[in-house]
Amino acid sequence: MLRFFLYRLALVIPTFIGVSIVAFAFIRLLPGDPILLLAGERGLTPERYEQLQALYGFDKPLVVQYFDYVIGVLQGDLGSSLVTKRPVLQEFFALFPATLELSICAIILAVAIGIPAGVFAAVKRGSWFDQSIMGVALTGYSMPIFWWGLLLIIFFSGFLGWTPVSGRISLLYYFEPVTGFMLIDSLLSGQKGAFTSAVSHLILPTIVLATIPLAVIARQTRSAMLEVLGEDYVRTAKSKGLAPKRIIGLHALRNALIPVITTIGLQVGVLMTGAILTETIFSWPGIGKWMIDSVGKRDYAVVQGGLLLIASVIMIVNLAVDVLYGFINPRIRR
Amino acid sequence: MNTRKVTTLLAATFFATSLATAASAKTLVYCSEGSPEGFDPALYTAGTTFDASSKPVYSGLVQFEPGTTNVVPDLAESWDVSDDGMEFTFHLRSGVKFHSTDFFTPTRDLNADDIIFSFDRQMNADNPFNAYVEGASWEYFNGMSMPDLIKSIEKVDDMTVKFVLTRPEAPFVANLGMDFASIMSKEYADSLAASGNLSDLNQKPVGTGPFQFVAYQPDAVIRYKAFPDYYAGKQPIDDLVFAITTDNAVRQQKLLAGECHVMPYPNPADVQALKDNSDITVMEQEGLNVGYLAYNTKVAPFDNAKVRKALNMAINKQAILDTVFQGAGQAAKNPIPPTMWSYNDSIQDDPYDPDAAKAMLEEEGVTDLSMKVWAMPVQRPYNPNARRMAEVIQEDFSKIGVTVEIVSYEWGEYLERSKAEDRDGAVLLGWTGDNGDPDNFLAVLLGCDAVGGANRAQWCNEEFNDLIMKAKSGSQEERAKLYEEAQVVFKREAPWATIAHSIVHMPMRSNVTGYKMDPLGGHNFEGVDIAE
Repeated sequence: MLRFFLYRLALVIPTFIGVSIVAFAFIRLLPGDPILLLAGERGLTPERYEQLQALYGFDKPLVVQYFDYVIGVLQGDLGSSLVTKRPVLQEFFALFPATLELSICAIILAVAIGIPAGVFAAVKRGSWFDQSIMGVALTGYSMPIFWWGLLLIIFFSGFLGWTPVSGRISLLYYFEPVTGFMLIDSLLSGQKGAFTSAVSHLILPTIVLATIPLAVIARQTRSAMLEVLGEDYVRTAKSKGLAPKRIIGLHALRNALIPVITTIGLQVGVLMTGAILTETIFSWPGIGKWMIDSVGKRDYAVVQGGLLLIASVIMIVNLAVDVLYGFINPRIRR
Repeated sequence: MNTRKVTTLLAATFFATSLATAASAKTLVYCSEGSPEGFDPALYTAGTTFDASSKPVYSGLVQFEPGTTNVVPDLAESWDVSDDGMEFTFHLRSGVKFHSTDFFTPTRDLNADDIIFSFDRQMNADNPFNAYVEGASWEYFNGMSMPDLIKSIEKVDDMTVKFVLTRPEAPFVANLGMDFASIMSKEYADSLAASGNLSDLNQKPVGTGPFQFVAYQPDAVIRYKAFPDYYAGKQPIDDLVFAITTDNAVRQQKLLAGECHVMPYPNPADVQALKDNSDITVMEQEGLNVGYLAYNTKVAPFDNAKVRKALNMAINKQAILDTVFQGAGQAAKNPIPPTMWSYNDSIQDDPYDPDAAKAMLEEEGVTDLSMKVWAMPVQRPYNPNARRMAEVIQEDFSKIGVTVEIVSYEWGEYLERSKAEDRDGAVLLGWTGDNGDPDNFLAVLLGCDAVGGANRAQWCNEEFNDLIMKAKSGSQEERAKLYEEAQVVFKREAPWATIAHSIVHMPMRSNVTGYKMDPLGGHNFEGVDIAE
């Protein structure tokens, strides 16, 4: 098992190098000069332009810029944002807990509903229940997130007045962040009503962000279950007279879960993309919104640093999934 | 969890939410459109940053009288200008206090050292705060040519400061009302330098303004409280909160739900619905901007004023206002906006008359003209949709036999390429005023010095240029006369088709009182109250 883990870990290194090159090149390949964009209509004299190029180090050859960047990264310095002039790492860690909290809630919701829905759909294959579940899943999968979010806000917040429109907690509550996770910090603050306020602010963005992963998990669970339910050992279990609950819950589901776990791991990437739109709609102060703004402003340091950090998060999750997979399915370890 | 428990939890949640929104008595919540880049206004150029830093927290030597572009005293009680127009002496207000916060307690009142520090750090490479954050470029200070303009800043005594300039420049006083000229506490900066936390100057601001900074949660909330010792008196509200909400549809929902009191930049298509809502008041004002189409006056046949005039007469501005601005704009006849002093209202706009335009072109021997029209790739306050605007112009010009090809480039590229003196085609662009001074439009955009730069028409007219150069000094009354004349020359020569000024809408809850719209585009909550 240790060898398997080390092998997987070793694969991370070339991936990381690749990501650093792609992240560095990606933003520079986009047309648009950050200095000209910063100046706007006001413009700059050629001398001033050169001064600023030198100030930001853009006058050096690209290869030198890349190596400067990599040396910085290895020392834990991702540079400072061109726009805010603050260190990228500091900005990332101030915003990342918000994205993480939302993503965790979304994945819990997606798993908690997606797996049972998929199992029931498979068991009742062809029934109206199966067809409606898969219909809803397909709709969820195809839903434009932005439109869906706005629709929920207009209905639940605007029309019914049940949930707040946006933000992470009511503005009435104010406390210094301890963990950065609003659910935990609101409990720690001891302020009455803070926790329920945080929960109420989480409901709509969680639903919106969970929609696509939920649909994918439900569909994947259904097809994996259908495959397993047709296997010989399930027939054997049935003929032995085992209770259907036991067959489905113990024998079938456990084997069906293997591809489902892979799917859940892959959804982390989907969550990150979904977070960009969800965070924009719900004014959720996470890294999705931060990245989008930075691409628009050609903020090289933030885009390349942000991409690198997000890729690292996805790599860590995938590594964890691989290892978990190894535990569930001993055949993989070889 | 059983169903009853879930229902109870949900009910409790919703109750807490509605309670939370209802109980904010003297707290004004502003749903701002974005996050500030930082809290040192001199480092940045974005209005969103100024709204969160210079407007609530800082004061300047002078300020713009709320609701106008007139320069009035702020930290300087009065000022004198030497006869040659090169020395400006400011007499400071006495007893002005800096904010006392949980991170800094001032021991003295405002004095000349604070004024000198606030400018010195932007121009003197030896000042410890000149490069206190990575990439500090003091863009506005440089952009307004202050390094060339300021020869020295002298402390006459504790309460008097003298600026010596390299040339007479009447708009200089207006420059000092701008956000980059906010006055910082030297005592605070010194204490940060001593403790090594220099960057706190950009993260925990201390000023003399109406509100003092409490906390900022990035991309989420900024909190301020009224400064009890503000020199002009404590504000009617106790707390000011910026709830950062980037999407305009969501901002509108928050305003309607009572989660915020004021929101900027509504979607123009939604303004009518907001106006019809009895809980909402929508204020409106012309923006301090102009959107224009600049011909290249150095290239034939656009070097002929009559040809330019004819093309101007072919543009149906009303159609542009309806389709591009959706009502949030007004037709422009002058290169400066109507809220600016010296605006010449007696000028008649070119009539929309395609037949006359066609005849004029034929008279000048211009037939089968084909030209390029450049359309910006981005949305700007003075032009919400340049592509659409270019299409309307294309259709208008086709009616007089002129074929238009629409071209576009990435924004940075567009700005750079459009400066070229041999540029092919007319450029859609615009300008938003910095300091309310006509010089900031007429000299910056149409002066001979700006050819090959911000003067996209590449237009150097001696008569016009003499007028605006003369207007660099003198009293406001004398200057206004010269600018009025300059606008007559501009209209006659038509280097641009002046298209529109935007109309800015500001929706707020009906119980908000005392809000004044800033023609310079800022959002300022001084004097604002909430009726019980």
